[in-house]
Amino acid sequence: MVTDASGRLARGPALILMLTAALAVSVVSVTNGAYPLSAGDILGVLVGDLEDEVARMVFVDVRLPRLVLGFLVGAVLAVSGALLQGLFRNPLADPGLIGVSAGASLAAIAVIVLGGTWLGGWVDLAGNWALPIAAFAGGSGTVFLAWRIARRAGETSVATLLLAGIAINAIAGAGTGLLTFYSSDEELRSLTFWTMGSLGHAAWDDVAMAAPWLVVSLCAAPFLARPLDAFLLGEQVVGHLGYNTDWTKRITILIAGLGVGAAVAVSGLIGFVGLVVPHLVRHSLGAGHRIVIPASALAGGTLLVGADCLARVVVAPAELPIGLMMALIGGPFFLLLLLRTRVT
Amino acid sequence: MLLRVDNASVRLGGRQIVDRLDFQLDAGELLVVLGPNGAGKSTLLKALAGEYKIHAGSVALAGKALKDWTGKCLARQRAVMPQRVEVNFPLTVEEIVRLGRPPEPLSKSQPILEELMALLDITHLQSRLAPGLSGGEQQRVQLARVLAQVWDTRKPVLLLLDECTSALDPAHQQQVFSLLRKLAWQRGFAVLAVAHDLNLAARFADRLLLLHEGQCHSSGEPLDVLTESALAEVYGLSARILNLEEGYPLVVPRDGRCAKDYDTLSWPGLAPQNSSCRQAS
Repeated sequence: MVTDASGRLARGPALILMLTAALAVSVVSVTNGAYPLSAGDILGVLVGDLEDEVARMVFVDVRLPRLVLGFLVGAVLAVSGALLQGLFRNPLADPGLIGVSAGASLAAIAVIVLGGTWLGGWVDLAGNWALPIAAFAGGSGTVFLAWRIARRAGETSVATLLLAGIAINAIAGAGTGLLTFYSSDEELRSLTFWTMGSLGHAAWDDVAMAAPWLVVSLCAAPFLARPLDAFLLGEQVVGHLGYNTDWTKRITILIAGLGVGAAVAVSGLIGFVGLVVPHLVRHSLGAGHRIVIPASALAGGTLLVGADCLARVVVAPAELPIGLMMALIGGPFFLLLLLRTRVT
Repeated sequence: MLLRVDNASVRLGGRQIVDRLDFQLDAGELLVVLGPNGAGKSTLLKALAGEYKIHAGSVALAGKALKDWTGKCLARQRAVMPQRVEVNFPLTVEEIVRLGRPPEPLSKSQPILEELMALLDITHLQSRLAPGLSGGEQQRVQLARVLAQVWDTRKPVLLLLDECTSALDPAHQQQVFSLLRKLAWQRGFAVLAVAHDLNLAARFADRLLLLHEGQCHSSGEPLDVLTESALAEVYGLSARILNLEEGYPLVVPRDGRCAKDYDTLSWPGLAPQNSSCRQAS
């Protein structure tokens, strides 16, 4: 592969490679699973002359929404990671850091465990949507809380935001632990599955609920590229260069909070995407956000769709939770990366 | 008058760091702000950069109060170099310098970047990653970035530089200050540079501003400000001042405030055995 003096890949070939990978992974993902489809079947559905009604249904109602949701969720998690790493000026920041994942999972688990008792009214009212809406509200609520705490005299302190996030994570973690302790065996099962993440229930309903938030945060993120580049030089430099520092912080937190909140609401907790993908992109294509944001979106989507495909193939007809899959792939890979960068 | 500071005070944590300061800076002038650690130099610069609020008094840039400027307009006419900029991300030198530029086509920014990288002697580093550079190299990169921000501005420009040569070797220190003076004299930049190197300041500054506990101790031409009594009062530094025939003073420091106390120090029992160190006389 072509590299320049700073050890980066040339952007043109890299983009073509990533698009090819995204397409290939998508095709592999929609054709594989408990009911195998051939590339011919897919083509048949797309042009509309497929006889096999079951194949058509599997593709349109099962595989396609799962592909779309997987891609969007992966893209949003990776982009949110990139945004927050830029904002915190720390390549190890993760969407979970500002409390969004912890808040979302606390709310979701509360619905699972207390749905029959204290939260019965809410479950009756919202029906199937009770869990995703609660998770979304929990996620955005904690981000808002962390942000309010970090706000003093009209300015947002990034360091306080980080500390508030850590404290909120701990509190929400304790709440989650307490609920887990009081859950029944059956609840524990669905709860475990949820905390490990899954795209298994993805249907067009979920896509319709989450997609607007996911798409909005994906489309808004590139507009933050320039001020976030300035953030890499330090918070005060952002102001010197003429950008509105506080506005940038607020919008970044809002976009990441809404995006990750929506992602967690439909797919549970999926780690590592937000950490590994931007890291990889930065080291192969450069740290400028005009490249990092779109490239992370593409690579994050591809990675999650690929991991999801693996998760349902390796133990078919059962499925591994995708969060588990991501940690299994991402963990060792990240370690390898660390060891390699230490050597060079 | 490009910059007018009127009776300005800055408070931080209940302490008056800059205390009723009055001075002006014209386009085409290189002003060096001197003073011991904690005299309020950086606080003054940060207040002028808009990071701290002016608690009393006023600061006006080109006749308009600083707080009435919009960020975008200000960025075209005033550039700031902080004392320290740490880059943790793999950005190349060229990318960092480019951050100073507004969104514009490559054909416009490229000649500016190339000129600035040549002026600051970083052309050979342009595709290196910033985190791997030495402190002095990083400082030159940041200065190039700061200059890029206002390089094609037609209106008078204010440069605020906080110890912009502190990590440079002597040759690059001279080079950078000659460049700054050239920018002031030939392009009409108003340059306010905070510095510690008295001789660098003496050689290049049009005017010095000597700060002492947040107040102006004295200001004027180097020969008038850098006197033995001023250095003793402000820094507690005893020094000899030589008037060079080049027309600027040379400061030869002798002892700091505490040096005489060191004469009486001794560490009985802690001296190394068979010491080859010099014994205190």
